[in-house]
Amino acid sequence: MTSETATKIDELAARYPTRRAALLPALWAVQEGEGWISKADLAAVADRLGLAAADAEGVASFYFLFSRVPLGHTVIDVCDSLICQQNGAERLLHDVCARLGIRPGETTADGRYTVRRQECIAACHQAPAAQVDLEYRGPITDAAQLFA
Amino acid sequence: MTYEPVLLRRVGLERAQDIDVYERSGGYAALRRAVTDLTAEAVMAEVIASNLRGRGGAGFPTGRKWSFIPKDAPQKYLAVNADESEPGTFNNRVLIDADPHLLIEGILLCCYAVGIAHAYIYIRGENVPGARALERAVAQARARGYVGPRILGRDFACEIHVFRGAGAYICGEETALLESIEGRRPQPRSRPPFPAVVGLFGKPTVINNVETLACVPDIVDRGAAWFKGIGPEAAPGPKLYCLSGHVAAPGVYERPMGTSLRELIDAAGGVAGERALGFVIPGAAASTALRPDEIDVAMDFDSLRKIGTELGAGGIMVMDETVCIVDALERLARFFRHESCGKCVPCREGTVWQHEILKRIQAGRAGATDLPLLRTVSEQIGGKTLCALGDFAASPPLGAMRKFPEEFDQHLRGSCSKRQVDAVA
Repeated sequence: MTSETATKIDELAARYPTRRAALLPALWAVQEGEGWISKADLAAVADRLGLAAADAEGVASFYFLFSRVPLGHTVIDVCDSLICQQNGAERLLHDVCARLGIRPGETTADGRYTVRRQECIAACHQAPAAQVDLEYRGPITDAAQLFA
Repeated sequence: MTYEPVLLRRVGLERAQDIDVYERSGGYAALRRAVTDLTAEAVMAEVIASNLRGRGGAGFPTGRKWSFIPKDAPQKYLAVNADESEPGTFNNRVLIDADPHLLIEGILLCCYAVGIAHAYIYIRGENVPGARALERAVAQARARGYVGPRILGRDFACEIHVFRGAGAYICGEETALLESIEGRRPQPRSRPPFPAVVGLFGKPTVINNVETLACVPDIVDRGAAWFKGIGPEAAPGPKLYCLSGHVAAPGVYERPMGTSLRELIDAAGGVAGERALGFVIPGAAASTALRPDEIDVAMDFDSLRKIGTELGAGGIMVMDETVCIVDALERLARFFRHESCGKCVPCREGTVWQHEILKRIQAGRAGATDLPLLRTVSEQIGGKTLCALGDFAASPPLGAMRKFPEEFDQHLRGSCSKRQVDAVA
């Protein structure tokens, strides 16, 4: 962990009544700074907040958006929940993956893209919807729109 | 008579997220009037008198919820539920995007009425634009003296924290939400004690939905009588209905609470593509689907409960005649299986069984015992878990088996006449 991140975590911890309450904000800081959360970083966050590493691990692993493996430079999350499914999400997912030569959940060999299935993202009026680095896109009529 | 929107009245205004635009169109007048002219008790009394009921789905009277907070507690909190993650709901997202200051003002009025100095807005991790809009709105409100240690120069202090979730449906459950803020695994707590007594950081806590709080500025500004004049008296006010699926114009439609489902579907342009209506899931993933002959129902808590379903947060999923109810149930069962937090055995194990049985039925591989088994498993979840996720998972298959027996029969005979959902690996 960089000293910059460590300072940020201390700052976050000061905002809440308990240091533990800074855990999610601190994990976000690592996720957004590093693109994923390594075992070493997780242990460092836990240590900084006075928690056991296993404790922090149990929290981090609960959440979809905290990745414990490195992700591609760009992350495409395709919603495949009911409304998007009914509006062609599987076709979209297929096209996106075919374009990149990967399957859902995988990262391209050059590390540029990760494609994931995502549960409902509250974009049913934009179905089929997706997020590119957590920015909303939709309705998507052509997979190419996600690469524009 | 055309309905004049309340919650979405600033949609379409240029720079609607900006505090100048909000103030110029009457924003923060209610807060100013409250802190200068009204006692906290008077604000709470107005909200109680308005009959405002919680928009998250339970429909609990908001003012009464506020009144449960012990007055003399030195430290208390407001947790704003902006975790919106149930398939079919997106009104919080649209509201925050359209008018973040309306939510901020509602939060401040609640805090003033209840004597709360710290509010946490818990927003789902995916909604990055929403979190950004709220951060900016809080900063702007602070710069104008609406947030901080002495609001509008008065003896009223309030801080608003924007707190991001990280992708877990269960965090929308009120006690899981508190656990999540506290940095623990977000698994629901056992009640009692209720959050009004032991809530966030162990202190008395109000937990309200975004849309609920957004109703408050206008209740204070225009009065409880005005609010009660909109929709049914037992559950009045404006409501944001989310229309999605096979309608011509999906989106959020603001109408009086209790507007008929038929009128709402028409407002969204009717069923798309000249097809007939197949079924409607009226209150997002957890509600029992309705048949086409049931859509004259009034969309409010009590009317929907009377016919065995729920309003939920107002997520109306419209499916045309080509959609198989078993396909829809299978997809929703996958959702609940994925989102069960694993704390209570009936939900953790039961949602897996429900999904597996539904997959068998869907594929035409089910045997004679599978329908009774699905019924038994579902009944063994409902009412037997710490939180409502168990009930949410239990009811859709039970309701559908009751209302759409012919579609299940077709599947048991191995022949579904409906379109297949395009399954591409």
